[in-house]
Amino acid sequence: MKLRLDKKDLKSFLQSLIDQYDLYAPVQLTEGVSVYKKIDRPGEVSLTLLNPQKPLKEIFFPQSEVMFDFEKVGKRNQVTSTEEVKKERVILGARPCDIQAISILDEIFLGKDYTDVYFLQKRKLTTIIGFSCNHPLSTCFCSSTGGSPFFREGADLFFIDLEEAFLVELLTEKGMAFQKNRFFKEADPKDISLAKEIEEKASTKGDASVPIERIEKRLNLMMESPFWDRVHEKCMGCRICTYLCPTCHCFDIVDEALNNRGHRVRNWDSCLSSLYSQETSGHNPRPSGRERTRQRLMHKFNYFPKNFGRVACVGCGRCILYCPVNFDIRQAIELTSPKGIKKEKAEVN
Amino acid sequence: MIQQKIREKAKELLSKKEVDLVIGFVKGTLPLRTTPRFIRNPEKTDRLIWNPFCENNLATYLHKFRQFKVGLVVKGCDARSITALFLEKRFKPNQLFLMGVPCQRMVDRRKVEKAVPGEILHAHEQEDLIIVEGDDFEKALKRDDFLYPSCQACTHRNPINVDVLLGDPVEEFPLTEIHPEVKEFEKKSPEERWNFFEKESGRCIRCYACREVCPMCYCAECFVDSSNPKWIERGLSPSDLQFYHMVRAYHQTGRCTGCGACERACPMEIRLTYLTQKLNQDVKELFAFEAGIDPDTPPPLSAFEIEDRQEFIK
Repeated sequence: MKLRLDKKDLKSFLQSLIDQYDLYAPVQLTEGVSVYKKIDRPGEVSLTLLNPQKPLKEIFFPQSEVMFDFEKVGKRNQVTSTEEVKKERVILGARPCDIQAISILDEIFLGKDYTDVYFLQKRKLTTIIGFSCNHPLSTCFCSSTGGSPFFREGADLFFIDLEEAFLVELLTEKGMAFQKNRFFKEADPKDISLAKEIEEKASTKGDASVPIERIEKRLNLMMESPFWDRVHEKCMGCRICTYLCPTCHCFDIVDEALNNRGHRVRNWDSCLSSLYSQETSGHNPRPSGRERTRQRLMHKFNYFPKNFGRVACVGCGRCILYCPVNFDIRQAIELTSPKGIKKEKAEVN
Repeated sequence: MIQQKIREKAKELLSKKEVDLVIGFVKGTLPLRTTPRFIRNPEKTDRLIWNPFCENNLATYLHKFRQFKVGLVVKGCDARSITALFLEKRFKPNQLFLMGVPCQRMVDRRKVEKAVPGEILHAHEQEDLIIVEGDDFEKALKRDDFLYPSCQACTHRNPINVDVLLGDPVEEFPLTEIHPEVKEFEKKSPEERWNFFEKESGRCIRCYACREVCPMCYCAECFVDSSNPKWIERGLSPSDLQFYHMVRAYHQTGRCTGCGACERACPMEIRLTYLTQKLNQDVKELFAFEAGIDPDTPPPLSAFEIEDRQEFIK
């Protein structure tokens, strides 16, 4: 179903969402840096950056989340579950790559083997309003990873920016609940044709040339390849690419306690840190950047496809944009391909 | 041309097997960027480049190559880091061959990105201008207006204690006051200072990029990673973030060479160098010491002298 929201009504629309739901949208923290945050006033919403630095996963899988509280009372140990999310939530302004990444997290947190109650509860209560990417960046490669600048899967509503208005598509049952929203008008056929034109133009972007097809098979043969000896060298071992990755989902569970009380907390973790694989004995099975970089790429492009039939990368480009030493995952992927190997050899000779 | 000299020297070092590898910069995959490269084959040295986008402090990589002889391309600040690290006995004598490059000051890519209306697709240097192009714009920016704060204030652009200087020394003068950020910070009331620190550290995502890119941060176990004793929790509570940032800065006292790598690496654009600059300034005033200049004098907080000032003991 296609509707229209005039931009002059956007503020009132946002206010109506704030009144009725917990609204989450990109908020600018300082010039050029934004995150998804709970919105109190419409003016806080900032849609200037395509993607906030921190990905959408944070709204479902927070970087640091209390799982439960515990306390020793007399001789008894008392465990109290932390307050669960009860209010319906709306996310506005997420781009197709970030939304696609949530469906990748679904495989993990709501998969065949486990159901994560913390993730599930938030997922159930959240409606996602996706935004089209009319002008993808040069670092975007969603079209190589099974998405596109107008990929709608995972979104409940989809907004296409037509300059003066948004074309609003209602895509799911959750989306259809907005059918009678007082700010939505019937879409004009002109709006629909303009949206189509914008979509066609954008679809040539989002770089489709990164050789991800068959990467799982290629990597099958590469566990002990000398490729890893070199590709990791410039990585300094920080956690930017994993924390800002919309699909990376490793976590570490710790108890924060003092005297007889405390809470159990789940924090994001990163395979690029040496501590990640450090064992109690002191032995570390991934002792250097070589093994850690291999893990990062293998997990995304070999283990994950093996387990779930898709790569754990949506081509958002954050790891490329924010890497302090310009480690470019597109280049690393290319170097595993026959074309890349040839190119590398050509440069040597 | 400096770039040519770097290539020739690197080729010579590798051909004569004077070093096992050379670490320098090659073309990056993004405009306004270069990327570090580890070269072992003398035939590959023609990939090395030099321009005002060679922002990384390559000294940090040396901790990974302690068993090798390394040829390294260094700017003024990188060379100072190495001198400071030598004093901490991180390298064996003759383990390094430093190719010093008088630095033209590095361009602050984020500042450039913020000054143009769209995504930058191409950028290059043309005399004292940076020419940037996007889909529907082209702009010429004066390079000196778009430098990293640490580079603007730099008075050590000529690398010292190096094995060879590639290029003519430049005249040493700062473009701004020496510690402009400290001045700005000191003008604030204690409350305003706290608010500023709280706001900046509050954006931290604990990726530890500031720690990993710093040549002086090489502890086998960082205090934040220690579980016994546990000094700090792993989450994002403001007090933990503040604690991390304070201790990280303090550990640099008398050791920080002010290269600014920490601030450049931060994906959340947290201001960091005003803290280390303040410490640098204090160390200079109290002990007449600047890190990484004198290869024989250890940093004041690592040494004990009977004549040490002790008015602070009351």
